[in-house]
Amino acid sequence: MNREIAVVAFAQTDHRRTSEELSEVEMLMPVLHEVLARTGLKTSDIGFTCSGSSDYLAGRAFSFTLALDGVGAWPPIAESHVEMDGAWALYEAWTKLLTGDADTALVYSYGKSSPGSLRDVLTRQLDPYYVAPLWPDSVALAALQAQALIDAGDTDEPALASVAARSRTDATANSHAQLRGSVPQGDYVVRPLRTGDCPPIGDGAAAVILAAGERARELCDRPAWIRGIDHRIEAHSLGVRDLTDSPSTRFAAEKAGAFQRPVDTAELHAPFTSQEVVLRKALKLGDGVRVNPSGGALAANPVMAAGLIRIGEAAARVHRGESDRALAHATSGPCLQQNLVAVLEGDPR
Amino acid sequence: MPEVLKAPLTVEFPFTRSLGPVQSAFLTGLRERVVLGVRTGHGRTLVPPVEYDPVTAEEIHDLVEVAPTGTVTTWAWNHAPRRDQPLDTPFAWVLVRLDGADTALLHALDAPGPDAVHTGMRVRIRWAEERSGAITDIACFEPHDGDPVQAAGHSGVFTNPVTGIVAPARLDYTYSPGRAQTAYINALAEHRNVGERCPSCRKVYVPPRGACPTCGLATVEQVEVGPHGTVTTFCIVNIKAKNLDIEVPYVYAHIALDGAGLALHGRIGGIPYDQVRMGLRVEPVWTEGARYPDHYRPTGEADADYDTYRELL
Repeated sequence: MNREIAVVAFAQTDHRRTSEELSEVEMLMPVLHEVLARTGLKTSDIGFTCSGSSDYLAGRAFSFTLALDGVGAWPPIAESHVEMDGAWALYEAWTKLLTGDADTALVYSYGKSSPGSLRDVLTRQLDPYYVAPLWPDSVALAALQAQALIDAGDTDEPALASVAARSRTDATANSHAQLRGSVPQGDYVVRPLRTGDCPPIGDGAAAVILAAGERARELCDRPAWIRGIDHRIEAHSLGVRDLTDSPSTRFAAEKAGAFQRPVDTAELHAPFTSQEVVLRKALKLGDGVRVNPSGGALAANPVMAAGLIRIGEAAARVHRGESDRALAHATSGPCLQQNLVAVLEGDPR
Repeated sequence: MPEVLKAPLTVEFPFTRSLGPVQSAFLTGLRERVVLGVRTGHGRTLVPPVEYDPVTAEEIHDLVEVAPTGTVTTWAWNHAPRRDQPLDTPFAWVLVRLDGADTALLHALDAPGPDAVHTGMRVRIRWAEERSGAITDIACFEPHDGDPVQAAGHSGVFTNPVTGIVAPARLDYTYSPGRAQTAYINALAEHRNVGERCPSCRKVYVPPRGACPTCGLATVEQVEVGPHGTVTTFCIVNIKAKNLDIEVPYVYAHIALDGAGLALHGRIGGIPYDQVRMGLRVEPVWTEGARYPDHYRPTGEADADYDTYRELL
């Protein structure tokens, strides 16, 4: 079945270090309402709902079921959840729309990192036999990758600092960003990565509405058509991989059609400066491509939502006529373990 | 808005995991100070070894001993070790390709400082004094000046192989229940039950969770309900819970407080268990200093008519 599917609306919270005064559903609900209001749709108009989150972040079992209160899930709706970034929830919703079972989908994701210690929480996603018992935190694993890039001559500390500075400067135009403007590179967190090379830790949520065919044109002046979307994963053992490259990203991009024509914009989910170096190489992005005009994950990285936000930001630029063909990338796991690439296009102007 | 409630929350599990044949041989080997890799169909030796070829996905089991010495392929200096990491003094995280292996193993390197560490440096395993068949049987790596140590060619067959690991995991959180539940809990401490009303369908949620699950809207209007209520349904509990000082049998009931749009639950006391019935009118019983009712007891009012609570079952 060949159906055209587009992102027709996007909304996100302001991302903040803590949202302790709000429960997850209280944090999420304004974003759900905003994205519905942009299309004029009501909850009951939505054909399929899919969300992404992780109970490990806030330490709350089955928190996604409580988050469903914000959707208006009663009487029962067609709904699914992935224990992954919302970009993968969007992938599931896209396949659902492809089948023709639904014409519209609501995709949302949220993450509250503030109740726990994120660096430690993320160790629990690692190989439980050989790696997790050593508790290598997320910054340490990214630092191993950064050092491998430096050793390979792919980057150096000043180049990483310039990625950080460009991202936070671009984020000054993004009112939702958590870190923007002039941010000092700071001291080493885990050498060679400094504070400035790492993403801010914070809470946030995002939502997207997908629609198929003519329905998309009714709901949005300039839909961001998903021309291709694919996700791939690396071998799970870090020591088997070449950490300076991301074949899974390249493969996903190829399958998504990213290399058929150049893109003008790329929203890359690179939580660490060094990971942008890897992704630019894997995606063969030239100097003419506008990378992370939103500031990217270095400006706001609500875990489980930051990947969906990349798709949303890329789509929003298409909606606003600021991009005609954009690439959006999402990642999950240590050192760019799993990667999703989507190619979005606007109708010719 | 009053101060947000917060409380420490610790999530702790001892994860018990069984091992496949290759993992079992590798971890048993560490117990015996032997490092085993696994050979793939293409002749590569993977350390740490896995059960399936990461390229072809074929099952692999050809074990081969490698040396306890190797070369650092990348590193990162950790000046502030965190709880449960291999060393409690500053150390380098390293990926090490052991002599005889084609892939690298993640562990810690004990070195005096970052200036003493570089990619390509030679290191050797420092064994833990007490070993049980776990990755932590390698205490860490340490710098190695000498020649490569030859592997002895172990067969990979051991007496008393380990077949599983127990991996404790603990995460510490600070729980905060959010605006609606904070307001509910604070009111409860004052012996008041305060729900929230949906602005659209007008239903009053007790306890409130901040959203109406039917309408998907925020509930903000606070509504005091009760204190009296009606038993809508109940069960008789005959199993004595551990550490619970309540005699069985007792009755646990759904109670629709007057004005509430749904029932909450609580224990019924002050009446023999076999006289509790649907429609029984009850009120909360508070004990000194408690933040929530200890139980509910009959008010003595006439039973509620079924039609008054049929939608609240």
